[in-house]
Amino acid sequence: MLDEGSAHRINGSSVGLAPTGGTVGPALPLPGQGARDPAGTIWHAGAFRSDPWAHAGEPLPDRPVIVSRQRWLAERTLLMARKAPLGLRLEAGERVDDLGPDLARFSLIALAFPTFADGRAFSTARLLRDKYAYRGELRAVGNVLSDLIAFMRRVGFDSFEVTHGPTRRALSEGRIPEVTLCYQPSDRDAPHWVRRRRLADTSS
Amino acid sequence: MYRYDEFDREFVRQRVAQFRDQVARRLAGELTEDEFKPLRLMNGVYLQLHAYMLRIAVPYGTLNSRQMRKLAHIARTYDRGTGHFTTRQNLQFNWPKLADIPDILGELASVEMHAIQTSGNCIRNVTADHFAGATAEEVADPRPYAEIIRQWSSLHPEFSFLPRKFKVAVTAASRDRAAIRVHDIGLELKRLATGSLGFAVFVGGGQGRTPIIAKCIRDELPEADLLSYLEAVLRIYNLHGRRDNKFKARIKILVHEIGAAAFSAQVEEEWQRIRDSALRLPEHEIGRIRAYFAPPPFEHRPSKASLRPPERNFERWVTRNTHTHKEPGYAIVTISLKPIGGVPGDASAEQMEAIADLAQQYSFDEVRVSHEQNLVLPHVRIEDLRRVHARLQAVGLGEANAGLVTDIIACPGLDYCALANARSIPIAQRISARLAARQDAIGDLKIKISGCINACGHHHVGHIGILGVEKRGEEHYQLLLGGSGAEDAALATIAGPGFGPDGIVDAVAKVVDTYLLLRASANETFLAAYGRLGPAPFKEALYAR
Repeated sequence: MLDEGSAHRINGSSVGLAPTGGTVGPALPLPGQGARDPAGTIWHAGAFRSDPWAHAGEPLPDRPVIVSRQRWLAERTLLMARKAPLGLRLEAGERVDDLGPDLARFSLIALAFPTFADGRAFSTARLLRDKYAYRGELRAVGNVLSDLIAFMRRVGFDSFEVTHGPTRRALSEGRIPEVTLCYQPSDRDAPHWVRRRRLADTSS
Repeated sequence: MYRYDEFDREFVRQRVAQFRDQVARRLAGELTEDEFKPLRLMNGVYLQLHAYMLRIAVPYGTLNSRQMRKLAHIARTYDRGTGHFTTRQNLQFNWPKLADIPDILGELASVEMHAIQTSGNCIRNVTADHFAGATAEEVADPRPYAEIIRQWSSLHPEFSFLPRKFKVAVTAASRDRAAIRVHDIGLELKRLATGSLGFAVFVGGGQGRTPIIAKCIRDELPEADLLSYLEAVLRIYNLHGRRDNKFKARIKILVHEIGAAAFSAQVEEEWQRIRDSALRLPEHEIGRIRAYFAPPPFEHRPSKASLRPPERNFERWVTRNTHTHKEPGYAIVTISLKPIGGVPGDASAEQMEAIADLAQQYSFDEVRVSHEQNLVLPHVRIEDLRRVHARLQAVGLGEANAGLVTDIIACPGLDYCALANARSIPIAQRISARLAARQDAIGDLKIKISGCINACGHHHVGHIGILGVEKRGEEHYQLLLGGSGAEDAALATIAGPGFGPDGIVDAVAKVVDTYLLLRASANETFLAAYGRLGPAPFKEALYAR
């Protein structure tokens, strides 16, 4: 599993939000990693945080902003020239294969889960991480529920916009249901046939 | 057969603990039924007409005696003493209490079983030829590959919320007993041009309301590439399969709408990208799994035992219910779960225990579940057949009808199922009773009955198929003719207007009478005769005044 704490330091951050609450945090604020805030909607690096990202309105605020795919395609040149970090939101089923090299421009990509049953963003996340080597923050938004979070982490999500009460409680209390062993070899998870050997070695 | 190691045991243990917590929260009222539903479905728990139903995975239909005894114990302790074997080689219990289900799952875990992915829009329990590892017709045992797929598909993080359920079947024989051409993915293990083992890959078959025969999208897939290729197929499907309409969400619709060539091209592109990733199966891993399925220590001694004794019941049973084994001196035994007039696929706790004893004593501890809702003892010495038959007869399982007209597939239907429009079981029982006396004369004839359009009873691929529908509040049945789920896969066509519950039994009898009258010889099967004659004479018999 990707370590949530190993977030993606992006140079040239203009975010003026520092971690609060006296806990140990990174020395410099990270874009996409807001201040710790129990009422914040973003679960990232083991805590709820306020969301430092704005959603694109008219005009664009001078701070980290998330734009839609449509807006990116329409205003690509203008957006490319902006100094502030840029995020991209993709609705379920929206393509990434034609964004290719542009993806490196985004410090955050948010993928939407419109319903519990709509699992398209799981595959989009895999493509982003594995095919396009996207290393920025990958945020799950929409129907983010406790029973999905373990799967989301395993396909490469490292932040979660969570409004569902029971899921927020489960995250805060460390009660996210998860089977910690997995059978699927991926770029992040060593094949189980390798881990079986390790298990056999340690127990003998 | 496969045995869990520490890794598998811990995986299932965590899953049971997780579900125990979810059930506790449901019973305490912390979870509503709506919130609980997707969680229970991922663990094989359905809410049916009268009670919860628990569907237990029997991976590729293989069980040992310990597992069978455990199923008997569960039937007796937590159900009403009966289990129901399904067309997906699984077992269903129809009367468990929700509060007991975590304990049942715990009992199952103790014999290396579970109910994971027996429902939901995920990769379901992988099925395989029920004669695998025993039939002389196969190039190699397909079960190691089915096990590799089972592991890869278990709680797959990317493919647990597919557009719709996804079923994979594997065979290694030219005679297709696994119905691979009516699965989302069908794999035929074969020798490639290089001489190595690999697969022909069929995609987009299925039944339901839009039956389609699968297309072969890759004729030669090396075995090392099995998982990367499957992952490519599933990724294309997960991204592009329809989600706007539940009835158009299976992969068969995607393949049909964009065309097999275009679908295959997309898969190919993705596959080439991931082919050399961590998904490539190392030889040692295939070898590790294959070792679990090593042939049992057969005694090499061609049998001198007589197979043509004077006792007629035994002779009939040997003729119908045993098949040629790859090892001389052994036979494959089909245990019919279709006693005349009985409920197809049901087995009592006592019967399960008797079968477990037989497996242990006479079949190297193995039992198989067939998709035709029968059980199989795969490795029985020919000289033991008489004893096995006698023991089966003693528990009411000696019927010599495998592949005959009374060996009927039927879904649970309106007797249990919340989706059904009509009952299936009583129709099967009445047809069985009606035709039993003539079944030997009729010969090979597969009748398959579904109680609704979802086609769990495989009516599209029945030589004679029956589909229960609702017509003005009454149970009504369509009659279909000429289907096959085997290597000559074909979809049955509707004969004409449907029938009521009495009429459908008469109609099947008329079709059979017409066949007996018109067949070229006793060797011409129903399906062959129907192919030669076409539907006309059957329609004439059914509908002419």
